[in-house]
Amino acid sequence: MSADRSAAPGGQPPPASGRAGEPPVWGEGRIVEPLLSELSRPGHRGVTLPASDVPATPLAQAVPAWALRQRPARLPEVSEPEVVRHYTRLSALNHHVDRGFYPLGSCTMKYNPKINDEMAALRGFAESHPLAPDEAVQGTLALMHGISRHLCEITGFAACTLQPAAGAQGEMTGMLMARAWHASRGEAATRRTVIVPDSAHGTNPASVHLAGWSVREIKSNAEGMIDLAALDAALGPDTAAVMITLPSTLGIFETQIREIIRRIHAAGGLVYLDGANFNALAGLVRPHDIGFDLAHLNLHKTFSTPHGGGGPGSGPVLVSRELEPFLPYPVVVQRDGAYALDWQRPRSIGRVHSYHGNVGVLIRAYTYILSLGAEGVAEVSREAILNANYLLGRLKDAFEMPHEHPCMHEFVLSGKGLRKHGLRTLDVAKRLLDFGIHAPTVYFPLIVEEALMIEPTETETLRNLDEFVAIVRRILREAAEEPETLKNAPRTTPVSRLDEGRAARELKLTWEPPAEA
Amino acid sequence: MSYVGRSDAERKQMLESLGLRDFDELLRDVPAEARLQRRLDLPGPLSEIEIRAELEALAARNDAAAGAVSFLGGGMYDHYIPAIVPRLMLRSEFITCYTPYQPEVSQGTLTVIFEFQSMIAELTGLDVAQASLYDGGSAVAEACLLARAHTDRDRVVVAGGLHPSYMDVLKTIVGAEHVTHVRAAGGVAPAAEIARELGPDVAAVVLAYPNFFGVVQDGLPELAAQAKAAGALTVACADPLGLALLTPPGQWGADICVGEGQPLGVPPSFGGPGFGFMAVRKELVRRLPGRLVGETADHDGRRGYVLTLQTREQHIRREKATSNICTNQGLLALGAAIYLAVLGKSGLREVANLCFQKAHYAAARAQQAAGLQLAYAQPFFREFVLELPLPAAEALRFGRSQGMLVGVDLGRVAQGWKNHLLVAVTEKRTRAEIDRWAECLAAAVRAPRPDGARAGTR
Repeated sequence: MSADRSAAPGGQPPPASGRAGEPPVWGEGRIVEPLLSELSRPGHRGVTLPASDVPATPLAQAVPAWALRQRPARLPEVSEPEVVRHYTRLSALNHHVDRGFYPLGSCTMKYNPKINDEMAALRGFAESHPLAPDEAVQGTLALMHGISRHLCEITGFAACTLQPAAGAQGEMTGMLMARAWHASRGEAATRRTVIVPDSAHGTNPASVHLAGWSVREIKSNAEGMIDLAALDAALGPDTAAVMITLPSTLGIFETQIREIIRRIHAAGGLVYLDGANFNALAGLVRPHDIGFDLAHLNLHKTFSTPHGGGGPGSGPVLVSRELEPFLPYPVVVQRDGAYALDWQRPRSIGRVHSYHGNVGVLIRAYTYILSLGAEGVAEVSREAILNANYLLGRLKDAFEMPHEHPCMHEFVLSGKGLRKHGLRTLDVAKRLLDFGIHAPTVYFPLIVEEALMIEPTETETLRNLDEFVAIVRRILREAAEEPETLKNAPRTTPVSRLDEGRAARELKLTWEPPAEA
Repeated sequence: MSYVGRSDAERKQMLESLGLRDFDELLRDVPAEARLQRRLDLPGPLSEIEIRAELEALAARNDAAAGAVSFLGGGMYDHYIPAIVPRLMLRSEFITCYTPYQPEVSQGTLTVIFEFQSMIAELTGLDVAQASLYDGGSAVAEACLLARAHTDRDRVVVAGGLHPSYMDVLKTIVGAEHVTHVRAAGGVAPAAEIARELGPDVAAVVLAYPNFFGVVQDGLPELAAQAKAAGALTVACADPLGLALLTPPGQWGADICVGEGQPLGVPPSFGGPGFGFMAVRKELVRRLPGRLVGETADHDGRRGYVLTLQTREQHIRREKATSNICTNQGLLALGAAIYLAVLGKSGLREVANLCFQKAHYAAARAQQAAGLQLAYAQPFFREFVLELPLPAAEALRFGRSQGMLVGVDLGRVAQGWKNHLLVAVTEKRTRAEIDRWAECLAAAVRAPRPDGARAGTR
């Protein structure tokens, strides 16, 4: 498909630029970069490869006829400079942490130190192969052993698996280990229910379901905390575990956490920590010390590894001594001064990753821990908490506040007051984009009406926070005086508000490949 | 700390604005007995200069640091990565953003994913691909979960020759009791035995293409047809680079194609991050796990991209979601998209062909120089198994002393395979390196064994 055809009047695809019939123009403020398939021209190529230096083997002799691809895959035909420009231009259409404030609640969009990326790219790390003999990868094994020890120290747990590639995979891994633990006590058949507060991330119930268990949701109290009476009513002989996010998704610390954990343990359940909000706890509270049995951490949140547009993440699972035998195999161990992968784990739940997890992410997190040290780890949490409370203090009179607690590293406001102007939280979110600020998380947690979840992280300066407050106040003035400005926002972004309904109705999920030469 | 821009005066000012004098007043909800009363026992803090020294020293303890010549494969390969791939991937605009929840400021990421989906669909010969999964193993598991939901059946039949750790991940996630493994004999699972397993309770049959031993198994179209007749879906687990030369699974009857994407421009990095991919026939699109990007228009009629069909996903459906997957391996999918774009239609085929040619040369050299035969007389792409007259671990030890990683010791993967060496040959290997590798194996075969015996040649 060519750019001209995509812009043809009467054709279904929307035009690639604002004016139908004309080629897209870069630099007008609002553009849409052509697709590679539109840039493709027969005969162009982006790489030069060496000629074969070995005697030829005819493909057709070696492979059965049915398996010989008849038509080459219709991939783009584009020169190297065109590929570079394409992706460079596309990159300019993204908001990102290195450009500006990204207060996306629950995602901990802190600064990602560049030294971390550079260390992960060291040849010795990047080119190490997962099936190489242990002796050939001592450096990587030492690093994996080291970060496991550090994460255990930071959380208080006894042991750790580094395999889960994301928080959600960590949750599933945790649930499978909890299941194995109950089975080892002869309670596999009876304990099959996991209690999840209604404020939890959607991954929690989905992960429970994947582990073959059922979910019992409990309502939070008016302050967004776990309701002890609701918990008591839900606990029973079928309780396998309770998943708790601490601080809660409302950004507040469960004041009764010790009592909550005591009651769950008394009922025979395990207590799982969803570590999504660990940026409030590191160096201040060790989850195992207060009774949690297992937890996952998100290294791409608390430990500064870049989010990469949606992965790679890393969701190590930490466990108590009692749960250690059930860790996925292999586990990195130290033996006679050398590091090795221990495959002899007869009670293991199995593997959750094809190899050893997202090691490139582990290298970044390890580097980060070294750069912080013990004091730095605690300072991160303290400054994250201070930043969030400062913002909350300056914004709470402008919105509805679901509770009166100090927050931890993030807080949730309600935009329901916008309704009197015929507006929603979404409109404020979109208008923020016009000021070069990423919107907070909106409409989550589900228990707060018109929720607006703000997490500044520790890496924002006071000046940045003040600027954000000024912008929010201006937007609220606009809401009262000229609500259309919010409804029509954003106007300064590469595209204006996108029609998500149309995308789902007309489902176009792939391009038309370049025409045949 | 240099990552936090805060002076004592500012800290004081911020606390004062809250009517507080001491930071700890903000922690009043945290019971005293829950607070850590000591400093953590961690190394550091280290400066960048010190960190660099420490990490470089660690990396130097890996053979790869000295540029060991690698014949390792088994799902991850030593392919050449064009310079523009890491350069573009590491741009702040791509690496420091998150899931494109606000599409108006995420068109870069969204367009990339749309292009990635398109290229994966084209390579696999299927209608639709999603935005990537964690890795090859989880992609196989998610494909089987999809098939189980679609067919409302429980059992999954796996043809032996699937990557053993994908098999492990599949069993962990789907449950070993639901997985029937038809064991490989002579490098492939016998077709008749696979067909015999296709009962009315079978949701999917999983066929590797090429398989873990490098073999392109014959008769897959017939197996796919038999699976279809039995009401099961066919899941192909494919090597994406192999698909440059091999008939796309969508054309020989696969309903779902998954695999590990690392060969497409991603360094092995001890096994991760790579990425999994998944493409399906269009009837299955609403059952796809993970992110999916679709085309739409903005208010002014400009083309744009958004996350779509989000009602499949966990943040809306919670426990009824098609999967618990939240993110993908976005950055690696970007790397693969750049790789596929710059290699392009002819380049990808040329790389695949170079691998094919060199692997066949290497197999011939192993026989000529060391008298080693292929363990399985089957068609292969860039990888094959040699049966050695000595433990593969010993051949590896000898090779390492020559600066070479001669192959994967299959004894690490399964019992009874300790004399089997899995050898992968990529476009990076020169004829001289392959000759040296064959000599190295020959020398290992001739070398006196630690127990005093000689392995001898066959």
